[in-house]
Amino acid sequence: MKNYPLLNRIRESRLFLPLGALAVILIFDAIYAPGFFNIAIQGDHLYGNLIDVVNNGAPLMLVAIGMTLVIATGGVDLSVGAVIAISAAMGAVLINPALGNQLITNEILTRDATNTPLPIIILADLAAGTLCGLWNGFLVSRARIQPMVATLILMVAGRGIAQLITNGQIMTIYYTPYFWFGNGYIFGLPVSVYIVAIVFILAWILVRKTSIGLFIESVGINSKSSYYSGIDEKNVKLLAYAFCGFCAAIAGLILSSYVHSADGNNNGLNYELDAILAVVMGGTLMTGGRFSLFASVIGAVVIWTFTLTVYTLGVPANALLAAKAVLVMVVILLYSDYFRRFLNRFSEHKGPEHGRAN
Amino acid sequence: MKISRVLLPVLVIAALFVIVSCAPAPAPTSAPAAAPTQPPAAAAQKTYKDMTLCYPQLGAESDWRTANTASFKETAQTLGIKQLVFSDAQQKQENQISAVRACIQQKVDVIALPPVVEDGWDAVLTEAKNAKIPVIIVDRSVSAPKTLYASHIGSDMVLEGERAAAEFNKMMPNGGAVLELSGTTGSGAAVGRAKGFRNKLNPNIKILDSQTGNFTRAEAVPVMQAFLKKYKAGTDFQGIFIHNDDMGIGAIEALKAAGVKPGDLKIVSVDGTRGGFQAMVDGWFQADVECNPLLGPQVFEMALKLMNGQTIDPEVLTNETVYYPDKAKELLPTRKY
Repeated sequence: MKNYPLLNRIRESRLFLPLGALAVILIFDAIYAPGFFNIAIQGDHLYGNLIDVVNNGAPLMLVAIGMTLVIATGGVDLSVGAVIAISAAMGAVLINPALGNQLITNEILTRDATNTPLPIIILADLAAGTLCGLWNGFLVSRARIQPMVATLILMVAGRGIAQLITNGQIMTIYYTPYFWFGNGYIFGLPVSVYIVAIVFILAWILVRKTSIGLFIESVGINSKSSYYSGIDEKNVKLLAYAFCGFCAAIAGLILSSYVHSADGNNNGLNYELDAILAVVMGGTLMTGGRFSLFASVIGAVVIWTFTLTVYTLGVPANALLAAKAVLVMVVILLYSDYFRRFLNRFSEHKGPEHGRAN
Repeated sequence: MKISRVLLPVLVIAALFVIVSCAPAPAPTSAPAAAPTQPPAAAAQKTYKDMTLCYPQLGAESDWRTANTASFKETAQTLGIKQLVFSDAQQKQENQISAVRACIQQKVDVIALPPVVEDGWDAVLTEAKNAKIPVIIVDRSVSAPKTLYASHIGSDMVLEGERAAAEFNKMMPNGGAVLELSGTTGSGAAVGRAKGFRNKLNPNIKILDSQTGNFTRAEAVPVMQAFLKKYKAGTDFQGIFIHNDDMGIGAIEALKAAGVKPGDLKIVSVDGTRGGFQAMVDGWFQADVECNPLLGPQVFEMALKLMNGQTIDPEVLTNETVYYPDKAKELLPTRKY
């Protein structure tokens, strides 16, 4: 251990594996798709694959930030995809109250018209998501239902609620200011990037500048002993789930703005799984405890870099899931104790195996 | 403890409020006593009031589908049929097959099936035939033998592809290269449009690349983004053939971000939805091949004939055309979907 202090520090860093995975994919791109890194200025904004990665990946990054806190408390939130759909549906229905089972009438097509002012739409979206998060937090912390089961309820019901809101149909949005969240640019960078940055900084201040982060980790490691040490374990959990719902609501806003429509069935489909994957890639254990927000965001970037790489290489969309499975497998193997031991032996030669308790 | 005592009722009430406020206004389900056909004297003759029609919709992937669903629901209401058994398969064939099976169990009078993909329908269609329930294939086609279903009603997908090809032939007389954003792999619409497009496209126009966007906006965006990084718009390719308007709208977002201006590329799409018309008005699409979703009235009429044992055409094609930007602005307000 004393032999290579710097190397060990890098290797032991939480960011080592996600950044490593990102580097592997980027090196792969550099070899097989050299154009991947080109960034040009197009009109008033930057343009290139890397910009697409952060723009397309923004909703996932947001959900991953929320999911990190939930997983750190030892829970999991399977309902984020459904909350995304609810938030998108709320936005669409407030802009355009035509229910999907009627043929759209002409006055609704009047462009740039909205039934509700934009700030209220945003507030309603965020409130809906936070309410969903509170519901999950309530079931987990007060009703003491296992997190996977508790959030499964909303995962199933949420899509139903979203379909109820939109009447089971896709609702197209024709209100152009709403598109700004998904397609706008500030100083050449997509708006969604700034949103992610703001939420990230908020979350970071919340967990690193107050004692809440410590509480979350403590609850994740042992909620009973945290309770006996005087930590309000129930409200810590409630906060984590509510924040996760809040993040999912913002993601839903961006996603629906991005594709100009709300679709109860497909908005945020499989986002819960991608978000969990991003968090796990970021080195946060599913059993709870220590966490890193930044590593989770990098995990989300890895997932989208990979997706766009696959598209760039021209792998058909049907093969995408299989290719993703390979990525997941490699990452999970990298995190296994077996690989860690291998890495330790490799870097320390004869040094003693220090039992890293993760 | 204190908080939970306050929070519990608040949350329950809030949840109730959300559910109640989300529930759609009760639709007037009581059918108006309109018996448009035979008087009751002709006992053998069945009317719309006796009809139970099963429509296992394949999903809600696009504006086109929304209009299609709306057409069936509205027609059912205006005709006052006994029951419309409607379900949403969320674009999964297994869901659709089980929905058809459920309808067979329910002993509906007629099943109208919009198949999500072409293949794999033989078994369930045989079950319907054995149960003596006639099946009308709606919109997309199936590969099953024609004896297993009563009729196919819908658009000629191959013809739509050929029409799109004819547009490119007209716009690019000196040849060039085009990209193709195709629909759900294996669906009748994607297979037919791709086939027709290749049939009629001039040999001097090359199909540079083809990738599926699954008929949805969300999936078309990243596919188009990747295309635009791989090939240079204008030099590597001059046109895009898009299998439906929704993917077209997604693709336009990607094109805008890439700095492509309306009119830089020749884009032909299929459907003729409002979104497509708007894209023509804005100058993005140079042509939109119509594919009519308002099939409800035709299907119900055919179903009634089947119930009364009348003969029907085994293949009914809807009347369709191609729209151009010059008429788009005046036609836009008249579009029903």
